[in-house]
Amino acid sequence: MTTTTRTAKVRKGILTAIMFAISVLFLMPFLWMLSASFKIEAEVFAYPIKWIPSQWHVIENYKEVWVGKFPFYKYYWNTVKVTVLTTVISCAVSALAAYGFSKIQFAASKYLFLIVLATYMIPQQAILVPQFILYRQIQLFDSHLGLILLGSFSVLGTFMLRQFFMGIHNEFIESAKIDGAGHWRIFWKIAFPLVRPAIATYAILRFIWTWNDYQNPLIFLRTDALYTIQLAMQKFTTINGEFYSLMMAAAVSAILPLLIVFIIGQKSVIEGIALGGVKG
Amino acid sequence: MQTTKTATGAVPAARPKRRGSRLQTKETIAGFLFIGPMLIGVTILTLIPIIATFLLSLAEWNFVAGIQDIKFIGFDNFEALFQDDKFLKSMRNNALFLLAVPIYLAISMFLAIVIDKHVYMKSFFKVAYFMPYISSIVAVAIVWQVLFHPSAGPVNQALMSLGIDNPPKWIADPKFALPSLMMIAVWTAIGFNMIVYIAGLQSIPKDLYEAAEIDGAGTWVKFKSITFPQLSSTTFFLLVTGIISTFKVFDLIAVLTKGGPLNSTTMIVWNLYETAFVNLKIGPASSMAVVLFFCVLAITLLQWVGQKKWVNY
Repeated sequence: MTTTTRTAKVRKGILTAIMFAISVLFLMPFLWMLSASFKIEAEVFAYPIKWIPSQWHVIENYKEVWVGKFPFYKYYWNTVKVTVLTTVISCAVSALAAYGFSKIQFAASKYLFLIVLATYMIPQQAILVPQFILYRQIQLFDSHLGLILLGSFSVLGTFMLRQFFMGIHNEFIESAKIDGAGHWRIFWKIAFPLVRPAIATYAILRFIWTWNDYQNPLIFLRTDALYTIQLAMQKFTTINGEFYSLMMAAAVSAILPLLIVFIIGQKSVIEGIALGGVKG
Repeated sequence: MQTTKTATGAVPAARPKRRGSRLQTKETIAGFLFIGPMLIGVTILTLIPIIATFLLSLAEWNFVAGIQDIKFIGFDNFEALFQDDKFLKSMRNNALFLLAVPIYLAISMFLAIVIDKHVYMKSFFKVAYFMPYISSIVAVAIVWQVLFHPSAGPVNQALMSLGIDNPPKWIADPKFALPSLMMIAVWTAIGFNMIVYIAGLQSIPKDLYEAAEIDGAGTWVKFKSITFPQLSSTTFFLLVTGIISTFKVFDLIAVLTKGGPLNSTTMIVWNLYETAFVNLKIGPASSMAVVLFFCVLAITLLQWVGQKKWVNY
């Protein structure tokens, strides 16, 4: 018996080593990016690849990216603002709607939910043109508010949170009602705290999707000063097309906050994705 | 007018008795207050625009002219669309891009099986393979652009040092541009699909494997007759979401190739974007949007039907 468990352990160890090698290969582009962002320009394309720079240029590169001719701190601030507000508003709107659809019984509820759910099938790209025209008409074009509103009404979030609200026993709600509580109080005092983990999962996902969004800022923003980091990065590469070390420093700067959010919320992100198989 | 009024007015008050009906009205008001923001948002930002898309697809118009200059021309836009070589090319590219889906599903399933049961440091691997999914496509695309650089890029440097004299020019080569984008798409999609597969694996009852082991089944037999069929609903779900997402590919093209070289990487959404926001042709762009809408709709309906029929349970 012990020999079989030992061979099983050895096998597992060998497989782990092989998988580790594959994952390093898989992460190679990230490693290359990181190492290139530390180098002087002349060394970026040196072959064989120098993974550890012979001449460190970290501070110069990142300083140029963050406070140089095309200062990233401005675009960072824009992105943080848009992402945080979108996440907060989207969570609020979705949580309210999810509660309304699951815990308040009224005749139209079922049909309205079906209509909302049906809109999930509509790819946003199919309605970009009318959205663009509408935004120009109501002065939301080229504004952060407009961008935030575009990400604030998520059918996916509503659907996801509704599943969780439905898991709350109706007796809780009924007894609170008998005690004289209205739906607003029940929502805040009972329902919301119970689904907080689900909201956290959705918030992290929404944060990642909004931070990474390229298409909407590209279409709905025009003024340079309003750019988010994704747009800024592309503009940066057209300006600094010859300076690959700077481009890589910019790319690292754009990915880093997400990596931090992901590592902190790793468990909820992975669980959330596995649970609903959700995708932005 | 008359009918809608009676219909909406009658619904909440119709059934319950007097006291109950006042309570019910209160519930209805509360309900509308809670779902109100969502309802208004979806109506203004999705429902009205999709109707507008259908109307505009039948029209000739551009952004610069005022709304009074809109001209309805029936199905001419669609007729023109199906004779437009570039549009047909973009549909063909979309179809080719679908090949990436089974490729990354197979890789993801393999990795999920190995990571779920046969390795130490499970969570390290989950995070590692998930990295491309959480990274922005723009950053990822820029990195690959440099890696794929025809002369100086590390990929071709490595190929040349291995003795390949004329390595492909990757995204700069009409023949290799689309496969290069597909490779990047596979790389970014693996993490997401793998995580869903791992969840699927964990819901397979353990006693199935125990029973098979008693019967002396080997690894391959266990995979073929337990794991693979038990994962069929997960695979089906991922296949459908994967296909839908290939219809929406935009960021990669916008950053890396802009549809080129020689339209070799133009796809439906990129074509739509260019037609609407670069060439300002609203009618043709809207007719593309309608085609896109029906493609996604067809796949979604297929999913509803297929889930009942083909999934092995």
